[in-house]
Amino acid sequence: MHRHLDEELKELNASILKMGNFTQEAIFKSIEALKDRNKDLAKDVIEKDTSIDALELEIDEKCIDIIARYQPMAGDLRFITTGMKINAELERIADIAVDIAQRTLELVDKPLLKPLIDIPKLTVVAQEMVKMTIDSFIKADIELARKVLLMDPEADQLRNLIQKELIEDYMVKDGKTAPRAVQLLLIARFLERICDHATNIAEDVIYMVKAEVVKHHPEKL
Amino acid sequence: MNNVCAKVIRAENVNFFYGQTQALKNINMQICANQVTAIIGPSGCGKSTFIRLINRMNELIPHARLEGKIYLDQQDITDPSVDPSEIRKMVGMVFQKPNPFPKTIYENISYGLEVNGIRDKYFIEEKVIDALKKAALWEEVKNRLRDNALKLSGGQQQRLCIARALAVEPKVILFDEPCASLDPISTGKIEELILQLKENYTIVIVTHNMQQAARVSDFTAFFLLGELIEFGKTQEIFTAPKDKRTEDYITGRFG
Repeated sequence: MHRHLDEELKELNASILKMGNFTQEAIFKSIEALKDRNKDLAKDVIEKDTSIDALELEIDEKCIDIIARYQPMAGDLRFITTGMKINAELERIADIAVDIAQRTLELVDKPLLKPLIDIPKLTVVAQEMVKMTIDSFIKADIELARKVLLMDPEADQLRNLIQKELIEDYMVKDGKTAPRAVQLLLIARFLERICDHATNIAEDVIYMVKAEVVKHHPEKL
Repeated sequence: MNNVCAKVIRAENVNFFYGQTQALKNINMQICANQVTAIIGPSGCGKSTFIRLINRMNELIPHARLEGKIYLDQQDITDPSVDPSEIRKMVGMVFQKPNPFPKTIYENISYGLEVNGIRDKYFIEEKVIDALKKAALWEEVKNRLRDNALKLSGGQQQRLCIARALAVEPKVILFDEPCASLDPISTGKIEELILQLKENYTIVIVTHNMQQAARVSDFTAFFLLGELIEFGKTQEIFTAPKDKRTEDYITGRFG
């Protein structure tokens, strides 16, 4: 039977996909700006965040509208409530890209502290997790969502490695490096937070597809 | 699933036929005391047939035939030697269209008591007032008890029918689409009432309104083509049904 609701859900799906694309672009650009010491690109990330915020509100409104008008049940309800949560997670990720861009603006005028090796590695993990997690939502693919969850420890490990190096090899040895080292430390922390948000999305996707709550239940994985 | 509650009604291997047509197929279902159980399903799925069996309403239908057993507590209510009016004292019923007697508001309620042989006028009066209060109708009718019940609004008539059912102190109240002909305000009042009544009664409600089932019930049963497809906690049925047919029905994908 044809359901008008399906068209609404398709539209919602497309909007969340768009949100996902914007967010991925923001992460990509913020890291490119850091690597290339490109102020314009960093500023671009900060400016474009307004349109991501606007899209977040639009998606929220759409979800509330669908709930009010259709009173969805079962799989439809799980899709919409998950969509709302994912929307918020993506917006937070985009905000983190802005944070990275701001740290980058602080760093570009100062001499390079060290060649970036592990931060780009962590960036690859973060970008991969975000991409996979969005794909898992769009395709309702729980296997992909599970893979994202399994990647999170890798991100934590890289973050710890970066932290240790910056503290022990730079800040402790030469206090004058601290202002720059702290910026890089924050960036590593931000990237790891992106991975955490990707993990949250993956958990929500598993709930959406299987109605199974894995959040705060690691034993269920 | 619902194994911790006391079971008031147990349907065991219930098959029901209207002539050659099988309306219910091997229904096994248990209904919890002091809970609201909603029965949902498309027209013709057997949900009304099923609840009508619980107070022996189907046996007057020509060529109707029942197999299996339905227990109310320990008593087999399908046993032909049990007087249906005894069953109906324990199992009240409220229908889709309010059907008060064309008598006064007072008489609508006193009638059931008098039929049951009660003669004490003071006792009857007490019971009438009590039933009207329990049905959340007392404040609206206390000064017009001698008015004809048909003067009441649809929603009030329905609450009068509930009061009438309550007066004989049943254990179970069956509601067959009680709000189908009511406006949203009256519907809201009946739903509120159902939630209050479950403290003292076991309630089974047949409804076409999915949101109503979701709002008022603790357990939901989904019937399709005479079969019980899924039975579970209402929250589970409406957020994560296990059977695809349940999902398709409650999300409106049917047909």
